[in-house]
Amino acid sequence: MTAGVDTLRLTAEDALGLVERGEVSAEELHGAYLDAIGERDPELHAFLRTVDEPEGSSIPIALKDVISTRGVETTAGSKILSGYVPVFDATVAARCKAAGLTLLGKTNTDEFAMGSSTENSAFGPSRNPWDPSRVPGGSGGGTAAAVSGGLAPWGLGSDTGGSIKQPSALCGNVGLRPTYGTVSRYGVVAFASSLDQIGPVAKTVRDVALLYRIVSGRDPCDSTTVELPAPVELPTAERLDGLRIGVPRQAVALEAIEPGVRSAFEAVLALAEELGAHVDECDLPLSFEYGLPCYYLIAPAEASSNLARYDGVRYGPRSEGETYRDAVERTRDDGFGAEPKRRIMLGTYALSAGYYDAYYGQAQKVRTLIVREHATAFESFDVLATPTSPTVAFPIGDKAADPLAMYACDLLTIPSCLAGLPGLSVPCGLSEGLPVGLQLVGPQFAENALFRAGHALERALGLDLVPERLRT
Amino acid sequence: MTWEPVIGLEIHVQLKTRTKMFCRCPVGFGAAPNTQTCPVCLGFPGALPVPNRTAIEWVVKLGLALGCEIAPRAVFARKNYFYPDLPKGYQISQYDLPSCIDGNVIVPLPDGEHAVGIVRAHLEEDAAKNVHVGGRTGRIGGAEYTLVDYNRGGTPLVEIVTAPDIHSAEEAKRFLQLLRQTIVELGISDAEMEKGTLRVDANVSVRPAGSDELRTRCEIKNMNSFTHIARGIEAEVERQIAVWESGGEVEQHTYDFDVATGTLTPRRAKEEADDYRYFPEPDLVPVEPPEDIVDRLRSELPELPAQRIGRIGETLDHERALVLVTGGLDPLWEATVAAGADGVAASNVIANQLVGAGVDPGAVAANELAKLVEARDRIPRSAFDEAIGRVGEPGFSAEPYVAQEVVSDTAALEPVVDAILAANPGQVEQYRGGKDGLLGFFVGQVMKETKGQADPRAVNELVRAKLAG
Amino acid sequence: MAITKDQVLHVARLARLDLSEAEVEQLTGELGAILDAVSKVSELDLADVPPTSHPLDLVNSWAEDEPHDSLPLEDVLRNAPASERDMFRVPPTA
Repeated sequence: MTAGVDTLRLTAEDALGLVERGEVSAEELHGAYLDAIGERDPELHAFLRTVDEPEGSSIPIALKDVISTRGVETTAGSKILSGYVPVFDATVAARCKAAGLTLLGKTNTDEFAMGSSTENSAFGPSRNPWDPSRVPGGSGGGTAAAVSGGLAPWGLGSDTGGSIKQPSALCGNVGLRPTYGTVSRYGVVAFASSLDQIGPVAKTVRDVALLYRIVSGRDPCDSTTVELPAPVELPTAERLDGLRIGVPRQAVALEAIEPGVRSAFEAVLALAEELGAHVDECDLPLSFEYGLPCYYLIAPAEASSNLARYDGVRYGPRSEGETYRDAVERTRDDGFGAEPKRRIMLGTYALSAGYYDAYYGQAQKVRTLIVREHATAFESFDVLATPTSPTVAFPIGDKAADPLAMYACDLLTIPSCLAGLPGLSVPCGLSEGLPVGLQLVGPQFAENALFRAGHALERALGLDLVPERLRT
Repeated sequence: MTWEPVIGLEIHVQLKTRTKMFCRCPVGFGAAPNTQTCPVCLGFPGALPVPNRTAIEWVVKLGLALGCEIAPRAVFARKNYFYPDLPKGYQISQYDLPSCIDGNVIVPLPDGEHAVGIVRAHLEEDAAKNVHVGGRTGRIGGAEYTLVDYNRGGTPLVEIVTAPDIHSAEEAKRFLQLLRQTIVELGISDAEMEKGTLRVDANVSVRPAGSDELRTRCEIKNMNSFTHIARGIEAEVERQIAVWESGGEVEQHTYDFDVATGTLTPRRAKEEADDYRYFPEPDLVPVEPPEDIVDRLRSELPELPAQRIGRIGETLDHERALVLVTGGLDPLWEATVAAGADGVAASNVIANQLVGAGVDPGAVAANELAKLVEARDRIPRSAFDEAIGRVGEPGFSAEPYVAQEVVSDTAALEPVVDAILAANPGQVEQYRGGKDGLLGFFVGQVMKETKGQADPRAVNELVRAKLAG
Repeated sequence: MAITKDQVLHVARLARLDLSEAEVEQLTGELGAILDAVSKVSELDLADVPPTSHPLDLVNSWAEDEPHDSLPLEDVLRNAPASERDMFRVPPTA
């Protein structure tokens, strides 16, 4: 182990300091993480591939394998993109490069970002560093496992219905799903266009804020992006005076929330009050009841169209066929796993003639109501708080055979995603020795408020985020 | 029973912007395959569309020129289907909220003006190009494999849909001529059918004259000129009337029309109906054209072809006005008339002789042309023809040509006529025996002898008189 | 909300998926259960509610008509499963 580099404890800010002060070189740092990967990744399988030679002059970063990296294979966790080497960088990858960050490797993901456990990856599941017999969450389980497993100082993931927030909660680190439109999707393999956002995953809220600053802002290549109305601030305050926290009644009433998760959640709310926040209940009558069905109509519908380009004509492996149509049908059946097929079928059906109004059309209207409910709540509150995930990390294989049970993992993260709102997951305690995450949701462009709240709680909690079994 | 054709047209116009509709690859012809492509128009994973502002402005311009309402909110939509020339597996188009709706075009007809409704005009991206290899004649049937060139993919198109307001092949042709001229004058497209920058499909049905029912219609595709379209429509109208009159029912089909043989060939029916599963494009936000921009574009519209036909038609006649305006010849005509020429004569000269000689109307000095028009009957035909051929040259002067008078003086012509008749006794006898057509032969010989300087009418009278007497 | 096998086959055709018999069986059951769950949205009477297509209130986002550099041919074809004469090769469409 390189002197001074304890990758399990090192934050990105620490690492940047080491390099800036010349105490460690970029190459040495990169090498330290590759060593850690060599040691622990055979078990965790957080990475699909690593990059040996660091290209930048700053610290390493892990990128979820849905993010196009020029010259480095990008599979989106799917066989249908096996061997695909992009000839261009995603904008977020280019911005990391421009900041001097070096690509450490591409992390594992549920296929096409569809899943809540990373078990849908065509290349095998990733494992939770706290308990390798359990899932790290999904779809971004690879990035979360890498950060908490001390295999990367930080990383970028993608969040559609909770794919950044939920793995961060299950692995015990910090993940931000940004306001829709503040981070470019250009070059990121699309799942559901009106929901996908790229966001930072790291050990601390300040690290997450720092990475958000690097990648955010309008991109001329993505016409759904906008400039941030105010610069990103790195939080420093350790109190929450004046912060109005709303707790949606209908969210906490959900039976699916495990008792251990509930106690950790209630404890951190009490802590918030000690720090000066006002905590009160609020009502979002429809969002938590109709959010899941709404999402599982809109997301698969958009996905069914976004995944139509995987036909074996311009990239990816191709299966043989006598006619173009045969080849396309076989390529797609051979290349897609069960979950993408399920969602493509569901989405195609929801958009098809005679069914559009009842399914996709209706879901778009439900979405309007969810947007309005959140807007109303934010008239009286600065942030909304819920647990990020109803459960702690579950054993690998537990829900894999039951799609609906898997979808229910996203009950708490989905509604704010539909509204395009930012959400920060912060570790808030343990239950049965496994991490519990607190989800803080804000109105559009409220990242700075989320960072302030998350940072103060993080400092007050003082949790040791290194998985117990890895502590020395 | 008399029948009335009911025709609607679907027109695709390729805009001559510098770049594609949703990426900034250059648009242009003749580039080597796949050298004008990028991740966006190739449909690479993660690529996203960004609309071309000029294309959006131009569809508004076109909509205004067609009398349309400009939608305060236009939304792009995905049209989903699979084909090798469609890299994303969907085409970005517009569906229930297009850029322009509810316009109309006034088409001048011999029996008056007729309004053709424009249902909508919307923006979409063009497909790429499939090259079918092997098999017979490179056509799709029996091809061994297909090669795809994505250069054309993503080129901006405007699709215009008319109401079924056209009731004859001739009207369809005039409508298209007018539409084409309008598009060209707006500067948004070259709109040439041979180059594929203007494509037209026709929807045709028939109904008993006087009724307002709408019977089953058929679509005709793959026609490459306005004349072909007119013939195709006529052929299809004929076919449908025959079906109805024999007691049968017209069935919905798509046909290709081969103008060489005059045959309509039905396309193979698809295995299943297309379900395009249109939904609003989530990667693109709506277009809400600012009012001041729309007002500016409206005020910048030049006097459009339809208006000019109406105006010129008052002094000339609508038929000639239509020909001049749709040929882009009316600016020259107006200038020539202003320089003193007679309207009808100038129209005839410009639309027939000038165009026939291949002269660029833009290069012609109107006052010189006016002199030629005035002198047309006075000067030798050969002199006039030569002058017309050269009237577009820089510094052209009509003087030397109009100074040549035809020789109509009988005293000068008589000896020539006598000589010709004397030299052709056989033909003289045949003529006197009843072969009147030989008159032209004698006149021709005199013209040749006088090197075209004789006045053909005077020669004609003289020869006739001599042969009679 | 059951879905019939015929409907599944129809949707698979639209989506260009060559499903095996076993897959069709499995999906018929799974999709039926999922559709049951998502059909919940039709409980609400939303006649007067406009649909949301974009979470951001953004309009008129476009770029000027200025050309960029196209990709070099070798990049265009780098991942092509089959190509010929600089074009992508696919089996015949008919």
